[in-house]
Amino acid sequence: MADTTLSRALDSDLFWSFRNSWTARLSSLVLISLFLAAALAPVLATQDPYDISQLFLLDSELPPMWAEGGDPRYILGTDQQARDLYSSILYGLRLSLIVGFASVALAAALGVSLGLLGGFLGGVVDATIMRVADVLLSFPAILVALLVNGIARGILPPEQHADAAIWVLILAIGLTNWVQYARTVRGSTMVERNKEYVQAARINGVSGIGIMIHHILPNVLGPVLVIATINLGMAVLTEATLSFLGVGMPATQPSLGTLIRIGNEYLFSGLWWVVIFPSVVLVVLVLAVNLLGDWLRDALNPKLR
Amino acid sequence: MFRNLLMTAAAVGCLAAGASAETLRYATARDIYGLDPHAVTDSFTNIFTHHIYEPLVRYDADLNIEPALATSWEVIEPNRVRFTLREGVTFHGGQTFDAADVQVSLMRAVDPRSPLRGNLPGLTAVEIVDDMTVDLVLEGPTPLLNNYLTNIFILDSGWLEEHGATAPIDASQGEEGYTTNNANGTGPFMLESRRPDALNVMVAYDGWWDSPEHNLTRIEHSPIGSDATRVAALLSGEIDLIEPAPLQDAPRIDNAPGVHMMQNPGLRTIMMGINMGESLVDGNVEGNPFQDLRVREALYHAVNMELIRDRIMRGNSRVTGSLIAPQVTGYAEEMDERLPYDPDRARALLAEAGYPDGFAFNLNCPNDRYINDAAICQAMAAMMAQAGFEPRLVTEPRQIHFQRVDNHEVDVFMLGWATLPMLDGFSVLSAMLATPGGEYGTFTPAGYSNSRIDELTQSIAVEVDPEHRLEMMHEALMAARDDVVWMPLHQQPLSWAVRDTVEIPQPADGLVRLWYARVTD
Repeated sequence: MADTTLSRALDSDLFWSFRNSWTARLSSLVLISLFLAAALAPVLATQDPYDISQLFLLDSELPPMWAEGGDPRYILGTDQQARDLYSSILYGLRLSLIVGFASVALAAALGVSLGLLGGFLGGVVDATIMRVADVLLSFPAILVALLVNGIARGILPPEQHADAAIWVLILAIGLTNWVQYARTVRGSTMVERNKEYVQAARINGVSGIGIMIHHILPNVLGPVLVIATINLGMAVLTEATLSFLGVGMPATQPSLGTLIRIGNEYLFSGLWWVVIFPSVVLVVLVLAVNLLGDWLRDALNPKLR
Repeated sequence: MFRNLLMTAAAVGCLAAGASAETLRYATARDIYGLDPHAVTDSFTNIFTHHIYEPLVRYDADLNIEPALATSWEVIEPNRVRFTLREGVTFHGGQTFDAADVQVSLMRAVDPRSPLRGNLPGLTAVEIVDDMTVDLVLEGPTPLLNNYLTNIFILDSGWLEEHGATAPIDASQGEEGYTTNNANGTGPFMLESRRPDALNVMVAYDGWWDSPEHNLTRIEHSPIGSDATRVAALLSGEIDLIEPAPLQDAPRIDNAPGVHMMQNPGLRTIMMGINMGESLVDGNVEGNPFQDLRVREALYHAVNMELIRDRIMRGNSRVTGSLIAPQVTGYAEEMDERLPYDPDRARALLAEAGYPDGFAFNLNCPNDRYINDAAICQAMAAMMAQAGFEPRLVTEPRQIHFQRVDNHEVDVFMLGWATLPMLDGFSVLSAMLATPGGEYGTFTPAGYSNSRIDELTQSIAVEVDPEHRLEMMHEALMAARDDVVWMPLHQQPLSWAVRDTVEIPQPADGLVRLWYARVTD
């Protein structure tokens, strides 16, 4: 079974397109390395940046090891608190990716369910969901994320802000991004629900929910996959923006955005490495995700074949 | 003033585009709380309003007390001081300054609802003797009366009544009134416009009673929150003076053409208070280990302030063992000696006290109040962890932090004290060491009470003999040092940056007094 699935996958149009696109191969290679680096952070890192007893102020503000005054123990140098930048980036990458994936999953789950409901049921349910979506879409995404973030922080007592920061971020970004999924899925659902196989299922007495989950959902997932890929890049960027603005991850548990914010304070003082390296990693990550998403969109679009 | 204008007019007349030469553009990290001089105790807001309003006596550029709206004073009874007021002073709105203004202003400042009442303790009444003479009636001898008065500004009584603003307001409670956005003082500058959090503009007052040392015609003040943006504004020529200038940018500013840093040791002592109450706010052991002197000493030994000075403060702080700076009355060298940095000794003391594996506690710090406050705390947390403690670092905006300090919801907490406006060690004793009660002990750490310190504080408050007063102050401060109730860290530096064309004195209290500023071409 596994063999046939694999051989079918290898034989598919999608894989053929993948093999013939150097951007797809390169970006997935970059992404896989970044995912591995993030997943293996505790093994690869030379220091646990969350354990304050491992920070020695005497080693603060060291440049990268190849620069003059660098120290081989700190490959990419250290920040003002003697946090090893290389280790911080690995752990920060991990947080950024967790927030990215989790918020995309939340947005997709929410958007797909609402889109299915609206498209299948139509009428008042559809109108309500789509008007809410229209309203959300008329605000810039970052504004909605800031709003959700602000409300969540207002509800939580201040001492829980640091612990809850990651959940608040996931919630804020997830609640901001579901609209695209809902619109796309609704459109596809409205097309699918009038097709013969759906009517056959209806005649056979399958319930509405059963039809939505078992019959329509598998047929509308293609575009969702594309949106999710491109949205991952957006989610990582939104997380970085919120953290850069100081409402994301706290300085004691820095994500990539927090690292860039900390580094930004030293822009004028010559500590270029504190801001450059996390920024480069962020750019590479988002670029790779977007390139892969672009490729996937083209590859799954029958009109372009 | 007229002569001065002529001089500057002559000077700039030679230059075609000299019109902005006497405008000083000044940026700080935050805005003032409002223009009402009695609405907050915040020293930055107070010095800003000092440009518009004036006290009876004032500090000069070297922090000596000199006459301002009062020309002389005399203690006629132990609890009654007679002030002779300056003739010929007019407010910006044209009203003449007289005794009624002093009476209304002082009583407004000490009103039970006024946040400023603690800055002028013991005043019970102001009696008008004649138009230009008032008596201040006090609860008892008040050796620091003139120090207190430097910070109590005089408003026009008629103007207050006309606008229904005689009742005090409390800006920290979000109260606003006519006086929040309008001003009418006797000072060297007049308010031209105020846009909160954007721009405050003042222009020179031609009718000022004093002969101005400044040559400014206009001051534009804008708050710029981000350190990097503030520095960029200075470097690009948009701003002439920034306060504070971030320490990490000092080399960059000094190397840039046309601007330079102004750095000096300041008065503000940064220190850590230690919760000595029944239990820790966030502990993992029974009771409160900090009640044991050895544990407090261990905490002290764990912190390497020299390293924090070299790395985080870039060599600019003055590491101290004293709760008051050398310029403050009551300071003595022997109280300035720190317990040395010695993590092994810290571990030994912890083990001796019964905590060989350490214990958890909160380390509470503000992140927007003192220079590098959060960075200092992060570094200290690492050092404490290396000496066997388990600090949990909590860094919060100042509003939340100081609310926690007030409510004793902190274990080891950061506080800075500059003894302003008194410049006297009594301020530390009354606010931070005396057992809480009445005006005393607002910031005293939970659970601390030393009856000898209380006794001395009460005596110092009314002692008029300076020598005996100093002796008592010395004894009390040394007792506090031995108790390790506060762990002093350093005096934070004053760090300003200015355009080379700006000349301005930098007094040890770190306050910007633009009536001493000159702009040259």
